[in-house]
Amino acid sequence: MIFGTGIIKGMLVTLKAFLASYFKGPHEGGIFTVEYPEKRLAEKERFRNFPFLLYDQTPENLRCVACDICAKECPPKCIYIVRDFDKEGRPLKRPAIFDIDFTVCMNCGICEEACPFDAIFMDHEFEIAGPDRQNKMLYHRDDLLKSNEYFNKIRPTDAGAIDARRREAEEKKKAAAAQAVKAKTTQPQPEPPKT
Amino acid sequence: MMEKMFEVQDPVNHDTQTLQVNIGPQHPSTHGVFRMNVVLDGETVVSLKPVMGYLHRNHEQIAENISYTASMPYTDRLDYFNSMSNNFAWALAVEKLANLDVPERAQYIRVIMAELTRLVNHVSVIGFLLNDLGAFFTPVLYAFREREKILDIFEEVSGARMMCNFLRFGGIKRDLPAGTLERIKEVIQNFPKFLDEFETLLTKNEILCMRCQNVGVLPAELAVNASITGPMLRASGVNYDVRKADKYSIYDRFDFKIPLGQTGDVYDRYYCRVLEMRESLKILQQALRDIPVTGEIISKKMAPFVKAPRNFKPPVGEAYGRVEAPKGELGFYVVSDGTPQPWRYHVRAPSLINLTILEDLCIGHKVADAIVILGSIDIVLGEVDH
Ligand code: SF4
Ligand code: SF4
Repeated sequence: MIFGTGIIKGMLVTLKAFLASYFKGPHEGGIFTVEYPEKRLAEKERFRNFPFLLYDQTPENLRCVACDICAKECPPKCIYIVRDFDKEGRPLKRPAIFDIDFTVCMNCGICEEACPFDAIFMDHEFEIAGPDRQNKMLYHRDDLLKSNEYFNKIRPTDAGAIDARRREAEEKKKAAAAQAVKAKTTQPQPEPPKT
Repeated sequence: MMEKMFEVQDPVNHDTQTLQVNIGPQHPSTHGVFRMNVVLDGETVVSLKPVMGYLHRNHEQIAENISYTASMPYTDRLDYFNSMSNNFAWALAVEKLANLDVPERAQYIRVIMAELTRLVNHVSVIGFLLNDLGAFFTPVLYAFREREKILDIFEEVSGARMMCNFLRFGGIKRDLPAGTLERIKEVIQNFPKFLDEFETLLTKNEILCMRCQNVGVLPAELAVNASITGPMLRASGVNYDVRKADKYSIYDRFDFKIPLGQTGDVYDRYYCRVLEMRESLKILQQALRDIPVTGEIISKKMAPFVKAPRNFKPPVGEAYGRVEAPKGELGFYVVSDGTPQPWRYHVRAPSLINLTILEDLCIGHKVADAIVILGSIDIVLGEVDH
């Protein structure tokens, strides 16, 4: 073969690609990068970036019960939780402090996997750059709160499945409670022991 | 007078000195924060000492202080091009330790993901090799175009493009979403066309041949003695592939060949990778044909620990799980003492071990060739400095 044929053939490939970038669609060899801030690609449903805390209806009604499981499972230990107490000092089923350090979190999704109360989920938000560490990158409880509607919007399949499961569990619970009440009323009260 | 000025002198008579040069750690051609301490005689390499550790982050110590599952996302960060096969090796090690079986569908999904990873790795490493050769960015961007399509699949499946964290002990994290298999098929169908084009661009290119042939020759014996694995070993003509030697997972069901090189130079390493991609495509086609439509994705024994990874305590013992990662044999050695954390955790990182041979390959070559040889070894510093 004549010296240089390989180079010329290679040049033809680049020429083809150059022309394709003008005349072909994105999946036939044309350009398929998008001009980001103006145009965006569709988000994948499973895309995960940084967790958020879920609440039903109102922000007071958050699902997290401060059980500390996610904080223990988190590989880099970036979750910090302090349980809330009422005025008499009894522990409440909600966190007073729930901090996640974004500079440490590695978006692994293990907190979501481990939470037994469907309270923490991975978000689609990714434009979270901030000017300083202490104020912008440390997320407190109120910064993390997001509604169930939002969750349904970004991840309809997962949210739908979880909602259905929760509804079912609730109905079961109600039915069980009703049955227990019924059983209580129909069952003859045990007689007090005679003295 | 003139004659005297141009008198030819014997070069040996010049009182020349060797020159010590540091290439890196912030040099773009070292593929990360890696330093080569090179002694040069003119332009010829006399000695070369790799200096590593700039990216050391205590990977093994961290893993010994967290639960087994919590190590999974950290293994993604070893060789960040191939998170799926890193997950695979770690999962295999723990499965051996705890004696877990993996359901059929999960096995197939694992193999599909691991082979897609191989495509991603090889195609981009060839691109980077050409970058090192001075063919700036045309091949690497063609490669990244294809890589992008596969990363889209990873994102769809696992939620992240590179840090997949997708495999679990005894199975996988979640089943594939609807339609993914079709998309994988589509990518695989178009891939050979791209490879042909890529080869037209590169394989017979005279400049590439001149720069790569007979450069950095690694004799088979030296390769074996230095425990080199992966495409680098096979380019030297040694037939050793963990997929064939160990037959882990379900690799014994597929029909594929192991491409071997002859001289063990940079060109063979390049071409071995191209051929390996073609074999990977064969495996993928077979896997996509045979994958069960539905089925379990995690073993029954492991299912209760998905929600509570810290309760998972494998029995006392030790295990070594290994896979043929795109860069070579990736192995995890783990010792359990019955607690939720491993007592000892060790990574056999192919990049690190393949890199140890660098000096032998480079001596006697020019500096520019040393860069190409480094590129052909295919290192990722995340794995070298774990
Ligand atoms: S988010 Fe879930 S796991 Fe974490 S403390 Fe709240 S309820 Fe527990
Ligand atoms: S995503 Fe991972 S690293 Fe981040 S808070 Fe959850 S468990 Fe921790």
